[in-house]
Amino acid sequence: MIYSDKVMEHFSNPRNVGVLTDADGIGQVGNPVCGDMMSFYIKVKDGRLSDIKFQTFGCGAAIAVSSMVSEMAMGKTLAEAKAITNEKVAEELGGLPKNKLHCSNLGADALHAAIKDFEDKAAGRTKDAGAAAAGETEEHEDECCCPYCDGPLEGMESACHHCEIDLVECEACGKYTNKNDPTCVNCGAKLGPAAATK
Amino acid sequence: MKRVYLDHIAATPLAPGVLEAMLPFFGERFGNAQSLHSDGQAAAEAVEEARASVARLVNASPAEIIFTSSGSEANNLAVKGLAQAQRARGNRIVISAVEHPSVLNAAKSLEKLGFAVTLIPVDGTATVDPQAVARALTKDTVLVSVMLANAEVGTIEPVAEIAKIAKAGGALVHTDAIAAAGNIPVDVRALGVDALSLAGDQFSGPKGAAALFLRKGVRPLPLIDGGVQESGRRAGTENVPAVVGLGKAADLALAGLAAWEEKARTLRDRLLDELPARVPRVRVSGDRARRLPHQASFLVEFVEGEAMLLSLDMKGIAVSSGSACSSKSLKASHVLLAMGIDHATAQGSIVFSLIETTTGEDIDAVLEAFPPIIDRLRKMSPLYTEFLKENAR
Repeated sequence: MIYSDKVMEHFSNPRNVGVLTDADGIGQVGNPVCGDMMSFYIKVKDGRLSDIKFQTFGCGAAIAVSSMVSEMAMGKTLAEAKAITNEKVAEELGGLPKNKLHCSNLGADALHAAIKDFEDKAAGRTKDAGAAAAGETEEHEDECCCPYCDGPLEGMESACHHCEIDLVECEACGKYTNKNDPTCVNCGAKLGPAAATK
Repeated sequence: MKRVYLDHIAATPLAPGVLEAMLPFFGERFGNAQSLHSDGQAAAEAVEEARASVARLVNASPAEIIFTSSGSEANNLAVKGLAQAQRARGNRIVISAVEHPSVLNAAKSLEKLGFAVTLIPVDGTATVDPQAVARALTKDTVLVSVMLANAEVGTIEPVAEIAKIAKAGGALVHTDAIAAAGNIPVDVRALGVDALSLAGDQFSGPKGAAALFLRKGVRPLPLIDGGVQESGRRAGTENVPAVVGLGKAADLALAGLAAWEEKARTLRDRLLDELPARVPRVRVSGDRARRLPHQASFLVEFVEGEAMLLSLDMKGIAVSSGSACSSKSLKASHVLLAMGIDHATAQGSIVFSLIETTTGEDIDAVLEAFPPIIDRLRKMSPLYTEFLKENAR
C-alpha cells in the first residue's frame, strides 16, 4: 500500500466532511488541474474554532489531509490553528509519499485561508477590498508558483521541481503551463507547434 | 474477500500450461541457445518453436520475429532503430499524440539526435485521422508510428489506412500492437506495416517476454550491440524460459481468440452500458464501436481517479486510472488531454480491463460497488457541490 494505515483510515472515514452554510470564514486552495482542491468552512466562537467542515476533490492523500487538519484544529484557538503546518499534518498521518507531500498536502493552507477570511470580515474589511487584495495576491502567485501544484518557483525553470511537470511560458498570456499539453492551462490558447513537438 | 482483478492491461496471470512449458528451461534444459552442443541445441529448438508460434499469432514469417525483454524495448527498437537506420534518407518521424511513453519518449530522444518529430492530434475518441497523417508526411519522413489500440481508452486506430498512406509517401510504418495482440486478430500483412510490437503479459504470457515483427528486408540500428543473437538485431543471451512462455501463450491466444473476443465483448458491454446508467455524469472514454473487446474506460465527473481506485480496492476490486494523482509523476494523462478533455474531467478517469477468467459475477460486483463509492466521493467534492448549486439556479 502506498499510504500509511492512518492515511487509509482517514480516507475511509473522513471526519467533518460537509459545508457550513452559515460559516464565519471560508478558505479554498488548489485547483482541479493539479488534482486537488479543498474548501474549508469554519465557525468561530470566543476566539476558538467551534466547528469545521471541509470538502475535497482529490486523491486519497488530499482527503486524509483535509480530515486530519479538521480534527487537529477543532476547538483550538485561532492562534493555535494558525500554528498547524502542512508538515505537522503529514507527520500526524504517519508520513505521506514524497510525490504527494507538496501537491496533496494543502490542508493547513486551506484552514489558514478560512481563518484569514474570518479575520478580514471581523476587521470590517469590505468584501470588494478583500476580493481585490486576493486578486492581487493571486496574480502575484501566478508569477511565482507552479500552476499545477502551487509550489513556489524561482522563475525561468523548465520544469517544476515539486511536481516535475515540464513548464513553458504560454505565448498568449505569458504564464507558465505544461509544455506537453496541447493548450495553455491558464488561458486555453493553443500552444505553438514548437512547444507541442518538443 | 474474493479479489476481483480488472486491471489486466497492467498484468495478467499465466494461462494454464504456460508455466509448465517454461519450467524445464530453468532446470534440466538450461542450455544456451547459441551453444553448438546438444544441450544448447535443445534450447535453440525451443526458441525457434516459440518464434514460429509468435509469427503465427500475427501472420508473419518466423524470421521476421525478434524477441525483446519488454514491449517498451520492442517500441524503442522500432522507433529509434528504424529512424536511425534510415537517417541518410531523412530525419523526420511522425507519431500520434496518444502513443505509449515508450514511443513518445523514444521520439523525444531522437529529437536530441537531430530528428524532427511531428505529433498527429486525435479527435475526442482518440482516433487518428489517416488524412492528418497524409498531410504531415514530407519527403524527409522516414518513419510513421501509430498504435493499433490504446490501452487507456480502448480505441482501435485505422492503422491499415494509415500504413497505406505512409507507404505511398515512402515512409516505413511501425505500430505498437501491445494492447491489441492476443486480444483481437492482428495480421501484419493485412495491416501493411513494416514493424509491429507485441508483449506476452497482455495475453497471459510471462512478463519480460515481448517481440518485434520486422518485415523481411527491414533492418534497424540495434539498441544492444553484441553477439549474433536474433540475427544480430538484438544481442544478449536469449531468455529461453520467457521466450518459451511467450510462444505457448501465443498458441493459446490464437486458438481461443474468436471465443475470447465474443466473451470479453459481452461482459465489457455490460460495464459500458450499465455503469453510466447507474451513475449520472459518467461517460465512456474512447471510441464505443472501434474498441478493444476487453477494455471499458470511463470519465466520472467531480471525483478523482485515485480516490475511486483506492475505494474500489478496499472493496476487493483492482482497477486502473489515468488521473494525475494516480501517476507517480502527478501528470494528467497525455491521452485524455490530447482528446481535448479538460483537466478536471481527466482526473475522473477509470479503466477496467478483463481476462479469460473474468465472470459475470465479477461484473456484478463492480456494478454493485461503484455507485455508493461515487456517491460518497461526490458528497466530499466541492466541484459536485458547485455543480448542484448551478443546477438549482
